[in-house]
Amino acid sequence: MSAQPPAHLQYTVEHEWLAPGSPATVGITDVAADALGDIVYLELPAVGDQIVAGAVIGEVESTKSVSELFSPVTGTVVEVNQAAVDDPALVNSDPYGAGWLLRVDVTATGELLTAEEYAAHTSA
Amino acid sequence: MTELHSPLHDEHVALGATLTPYAGWVMPLRYTSDLAEHTAVRTAAGLFDLSHMAEIAVDGPDAAAFLDAALVGQASAIGLLRAKYTMVVAPDGGVIDDLVVYHVEPGRYLVVANAANHDPVVAALRERAAGFDVTVSDESAATALVAVQGPRALDVVRAAGPDLPLDQVEALRYYACLPVTVEGHAALVGRTGYTGEDGFEFFVPAAAGPALWRRLLVAGAPFGLVPAGLSARDSLRLEAGMPLYGNELDRTTTPYDAGLGRVVVLDKTGPDGEPVDFVGRAALAARAHSTPARVLVGLVGDGRRAARHGYPVVAGVADDAPTVGTVTSGAPSPTLGYPVAMAYVTPEVAAEGTRLAVDVRGRREPVHVVPLPFYRRPR
Repeated sequence: MSAQPPAHLQYTVEHEWLAPGSPATVGITDVAADALGDIVYLELPAVGDQIVAGAVIGEVESTKSVSELFSPVTGTVVEVNQAAVDDPALVNSDPYGAGWLLRVDVTATGELLTAEEYAAHTSA
Repeated sequence: MTELHSPLHDEHVALGATLTPYAGWVMPLRYTSDLAEHTAVRTAAGLFDLSHMAEIAVDGPDAAAFLDAALVGQASAIGLLRAKYTMVVAPDGGVIDDLVVYHVEPGRYLVVANAANHDPVVAALRERAAGFDVTVSDESAATALVAVQGPRALDVVRAAGPDLPLDQVEALRYYACLPVTVEGHAALVGRTGYTGEDGFEFFVPAAAGPALWRRLLVAGAPFGLVPAGLSARDSLRLEAGMPLYGNELDRTTTPYDAGLGRVVVLDKTGPDGEPVDFVGRAALAARAHSTPARVLVGLVGDGRRAARHGYPVVAGVADDAPTVGTVTSGAPSPTLGYPVAMAYVTPEVAAEGTRLAVDVRGRREPVHVVPLPFYRRPR
């Protein structure tokens, strides 16, 4: 159903992805976006917020349902994707690209999966 | 448990639908996009497979008298080739299901029930048929139900022609029905639906379903018709303020609680003018004039976060504001652009304009009470 998750990213079991870097980028996977259907509302932390790996830091809402956003990392939010907030359909159409959600200065990471592990997790 | 497949299952698979388990069936949740399908039904047309619904035929000299005794409405007052929204309740007045009854020919009615209530409705009708000269036949598995809904529905059906009696189909009034021949099979078309739009529902033998489906899909494409799944169906009916069994209606709910007391005919009379009793009458008569403990209302969210099924309704945004009800259905309304919900609340807070709040996953979001429906189609 879904394409293979990009190999250069890391993943949570809750279907967030992390692109390591300074800052790191966070989004949700195409599996999560497909399961939700058309996303109509994003609630994200603000720039400057301290976030903790594994904690709920926002919500992704579709017509059909709503899903909490779990932080894959601990750190400080340095940028929020305002384009995705304004047009959440970007998360459906390009979850690993234009539909990214946050950039974070990371101090610690939570438990993350490789692309291979995440693919196994979602096909289970 | 083995999941049931619609006669149109292969069509859905070929269209790449996302399928979902629903009431023992595997049905299309969406084909491409919930929003696109919802919008198509509001602005053009959508094609729905509703073959999971239960179709129960009632035949015989006593058919009308039997339905009068079994249901809350007066089936004997449904004109030939007309349909009526009604309910079947338990002796205590609790709703077993909401139904549409079509009077298809003299002495023959088609009762359409929700898939999830197939077994209890069939059981209730069979049990209540004792002593009446009627046959209750479960035709659910043999019937495909295909609905065209939306402002262009008539254009679509007209274009799908040619074995349909188009002048008669065009003349069909809302909640009327007509026997037709589809792909050489005897079928029924009703001007009914569950979206708040104009539309037609085709009850056809399962074998004729795929050909009708394809024909409507092809004929409808120039008018903007798209196949639409259960997700769009749910958001459309919510905007139209229509109850969904399991959300707004259940065994603990009477028609009066749901604001649907109008479907209950307490004082039915038979052909001889004698009063007719029906299952649940005594309990409903007692409820009819008492103050209900809870009232179904519409809520509009002032913010962006939508209330969802089961969330508590509270008297205000303050932490100590008491609980005054429960959300039955809720979503961000695609047509209106803001969150809408239906909820049962105590009568004291049910007046239009009352400011309340909904506990949305631990945070209280302000809402206000509005009349239902949220959306009414322009005429």
